[in-house]
Amino acid sequence: MANHSATHPAHVQHHFVDSDQQFESAKMGMWVFLVNEILFFGGLFTAYIVFRAWYPDLFTQAAQELNKLWGGVNTIVLIGSSLTVAMAIRSAQKNQKRGLELNLLFTIILACVFLVIKYFEYEHKLHLGIAPGSFWNPTPEILAELSHPKANIFFSIYYVMTGIHGLHVLVGIGLMIWLYIRARKGHFSSEYYTPVEITGLYWHLVDLIWIFLFPLLYLIE
Amino acid sequence: MEAVKTSEKTTLQVKRFKPSENPTTNFFTEERGLKAWLTTVDHKKIGLMYLGAVAFFFALAGFLAIALRTELWTPAKTFIEADTYNKLFTLHGAMMVFFVLVPSIPAALGNFILPMQLGAKDVAFPRLNLASFYIYLIGAVFTFIALFMGGFDTGWTFYTPYSSDGDSATVIWVTLGVFILGFSSILTSTNFMTTIHKLRAPGITWDKLPLNIWALYATSIIQILATPVLAITILLLSLENIMDIGIFDPAKGGDPVLYQHFFWFYSHPAVYIMIVPGFGIISEVITTFSKKTIFGYWAIALSSLAIAFIGFLVWGHHMFTSGQSPVATTIFSFLTFLVGIPTGIKIFNWVATLYKGSIDMKTPMLYVFIFLFLFSIGGFTGIMLGALSVNIHLHDTYYVVAHFHYVMMGGTLMALLAGLHYWWPKMTGKMYNETLGKVAATLIFIGFNMTFLPQFVMGAQGMPRRYYNYIDQFTPFHQTSTVGSYVLGVAFLIILYYLVKSLMSDEKAPANPWESRGLEWQSTSPPDLHNFDHTPVVINKPYDYHRPMEEFQLGLAVEHNGHGEAHDVDVKETEQENS
Amino acid sequence: MGRLFDFMLPENMSPLTADYTDGLFHFINEASTIVLVGITIALIYFAIRYRRKSSDDKTPVITHNNKLEITWSVIPLFITLIIFSWGYKGWLNLKAVPDDAYEIHVTGFKWNWAVSYENGAQTLNEIHVPQGTPVKLVMKSRDVLHSFFVPDYRVKQDVLPNRYTYVWFQAEEVGESQVFCTEYCGTSHSNMLAKVIVHEPDDFKNWLEMNGGAGGSGDPVEAGKELVNLNGCQACHSVDGTPGIGPSFKGIWGKEESLADGSTVTVDENYVRESILNPGAKIVAGHDNVMTPYEGILSDEDITNIIEYLKTIE
Repeated sequence: MANHSATHPAHVQHHFVDSDQQFESAKMGMWVFLVNEILFFGGLFTAYIVFRAWYPDLFTQAAQELNKLWGGVNTIVLIGSSLTVAMAIRSAQKNQKRGLELNLLFTIILACVFLVIKYFEYEHKLHLGIAPGSFWNPTPEILAELSHPKANIFFSIYYVMTGIHGLHVLVGIGLMIWLYIRARKGHFSSEYYTPVEITGLYWHLVDLIWIFLFPLLYLIE
Repeated sequence: MEAVKTSEKTTLQVKRFKPSENPTTNFFTEERGLKAWLTTVDHKKIGLMYLGAVAFFFALAGFLAIALRTELWTPAKTFIEADTYNKLFTLHGAMMVFFVLVPSIPAALGNFILPMQLGAKDVAFPRLNLASFYIYLIGAVFTFIALFMGGFDTGWTFYTPYSSDGDSATVIWVTLGVFILGFSSILTSTNFMTTIHKLRAPGITWDKLPLNIWALYATSIIQILATPVLAITILLLSLENIMDIGIFDPAKGGDPVLYQHFFWFYSHPAVYIMIVPGFGIISEVITTFSKKTIFGYWAIALSSLAIAFIGFLVWGHHMFTSGQSPVATTIFSFLTFLVGIPTGIKIFNWVATLYKGSIDMKTPMLYVFIFLFLFSIGGFTGIMLGALSVNIHLHDTYYVVAHFHYVMMGGTLMALLAGLHYWWPKMTGKMYNETLGKVAATLIFIGFNMTFLPQFVMGAQGMPRRYYNYIDQFTPFHQTSTVGSYVLGVAFLIILYYLVKSLMSDEKAPANPWESRGLEWQSTSPPDLHNFDHTPVVINKPYDYHRPMEEFQLGLAVEHNGHGEAHDVDVKETEQENS
Repeated sequence: MGRLFDFMLPENMSPLTADYTDGLFHFINEASTIVLVGITIALIYFAIRYRRKSSDDKTPVITHNNKLEITWSVIPLFITLIIFSWGYKGWLNLKAVPDDAYEIHVTGFKWNWAVSYENGAQTLNEIHVPQGTPVKLVMKSRDVLHSFFVPDYRVKQDVLPNRYTYVWFQAEEVGESQVFCTEYCGTSHSNMLAKVIVHEPDDFKNWLEMNGGAGGSGDPVEAGKELVNLNGCQACHSVDGTPGIGPSFKGIWGKEESLADGSTVTVDENYVRESILNPGAKIVAGHDNVMTPYEGILSDEDITNIIEYLKTIE
């Protein structure tokens, strides 16, 4: 059986007929994976819906403790990072190595900004004793505002949802760093930019989930 | 050399490639050694490693079953304590479901056969495939850690609050194990879906897909949609144990019925994850051994998809007595009956396929017959359990235990055995002893019915499941059942004996011992490292037994870089038209 | 009445709840048997009639037959719809408690059923009911999920810690019927049994009056003994020294117990009190932390009485 030869480009794995087939496959694989992710978060959203239906007062009351301003800033930060990822893909398609590197770098920075803001939000809450589950131990002042007996459940849901989302952001940063290193080495071109494209898909989903989380958790009136 | 039209658009130059009976190399001889196996990205080796792991867990969980049945010989203590018994049945259930039934057909046989039936060299993402095998092993390691920490006695369903208010450390380990295991399923099905869509050989249009592929396709859809929900459920349960987040545990403000909804949203479709791949094998084997085209190709293919779809809407039928809302109960019961229809259609189509066939009762075919009988009983008793008022009486009794063993063991496992015997010569290049094969199959049939028929009776009489002690009136049923389980045990030992013996013999299996028309049989036994030494081209439907064998052995005439040279573009067009 | 599958079901002791279920059970079984026999005969007949004669047998090309497909889709569909409606009707009947039903409260806990009646009478693992009267059980769990199942009445209902659930039945004959717990609940799940005891209506009234207001005044030792019985303590703690899930009560008073964490404790008033209200605090070596806390269930007076009783078990 004939194996790789000069006309079979190096980036095409042996079991694919050509570059297009490999690209199409990778893209489809990522879409299927994203369907997975949506259902994974879907379970959490279901838990959210169920508890909100049971305790509507709890949700309006507890949401007041979340910082709308910083939540909003984070939303803008993430939308910005989606833009830079899209621009990174565009650069790759146009063979602009420098543009690709810069845009990946911007994305990484924005993702880090998101996590830093998230860190300060968490820090502030934990300081007030607003912690998940058995660590729930709010200060008397907070307790006066949060009179609902099931207040801890709202924050359990809040921490689980934002925590898992945060983990996804962290994974995204890891992937972007890997892409950045490969981009520096010149692995990508208009011929082959599959990893950039499918990581971009992943990143858009991570943003999209935040765009749902933000109003559902922060903006309850 | 001859020119054959593969579609209205493209004309390909093809020629016949008859598989060699004495190949000089195969995937065993290339890439040898332990390291090569552990780091392989070859779907065949990964499939075989899965097969080994599944067999190991099956033996372990089967051994537990024998221990459980032995304990039930007398109404009170026979030889183990109640706590031990509870841990053993939990482990038996969890292992059989998560480590054996879910990965058995797709990950073990499917991994080996799927790319070959598509004429592909491998699955779309070979490295991911290897990763999913290791993720499966890591999940198993977590479960064993829980075991060594003292075991867990929650039942494989992990119902809250029982699973969240006791000794939580072991439950955390095992639930994390199941969580990790889920990713293995997800990656495998992502791989399969992509492979089926993008890596089909020239000429394999959707109406030429083998029914095994349709079944694996339906299974992948279910896995992709259901497994993440299990993952999040199990994760929340672990968090409940780690830090009392209060979603599912009523003592902390949560709701146990919500847990059951979450759990069965995965675990009911999981039943179809386990059985639908079995349907695929039955279609392959029944056509081969009756040398006849399948009756109702589209009925069988589409009913798999129908089952996949409706299967998502019936989870609440596990909860008729749980205290869920009456409206939900009504809807779930109604939909449950709808899922019975496509299943019935399949059985009737298979039986009709036999009509005027040329039936050769070889071991795999014997298992298909056993499957059709046992699975029918499983189906009918499923109808019984779907009926609301009857379900109230039968829920959580041995009737349910017998029902799901008829479906899972009488269905999935019989299909797995049919497939294992059918593809054994292809996978290993060796032939097992036909006489012993039939003896074992007969013993399995006898032992199985002896084990589980009495359970229907005592279940309907009121014997609840998961009981360590029982009241005296059930003794004769339990004892018959226990003897039956020993017969089953002996039968499986016979299978182990002759399969291992065949591996050690020097006798080689022919490339196509059953004269099947399946594409996977048009390679050498065992196959070459890249499955085929040509690019296969398919012009007939998969079960066209009236067409001569030569027409199933075609490949691209002009090969360049391993692919069709000048027709590269044309071939691609065909594929786009296909997909 | 001599149906083919009569042997499978226990005697029907509550026709008002069981008749629908039994009728449907027999119908499905008989219909299934007919189809199963049909399939089996077809399989065996085809296997013999069309067995392979030579390796180049030619088989006809029969790809599909739409009429057949429709037949075997639509007929089963109709049959299953009948089954659905039948089962649904029976289920509505199980849910529709008669207005005049006699109410009894049942509490499930590991691993007993506590029963209380309108006049304060209490029993453990015995549900006394009047014959020929609809009875409604209002049920709740004190710890994990349980499920209340009486095969003779064809009724079953999960018992939950965070809401009330109910079943109803009408026992037509004087006698006893077995109750099982059918939701797995731990070590002694299979010993969580009870009996429904059916009295003639007048006998039931007498029984109820004789047992009214149990656990009240009188000797603290007697009161303590009754509390121990009613709360099912003996399911785990024997009074004759037999080893069980929990330490035996025999000779426990004043005993030096070694604990799971290596320390020791003397069994005195405070230890007993703590172990009743918060059992997990100090676990005796060799036992697991499985007991349900009785905080809010037993009053201080109850605990004092139990302590007095424990002192007497030597």
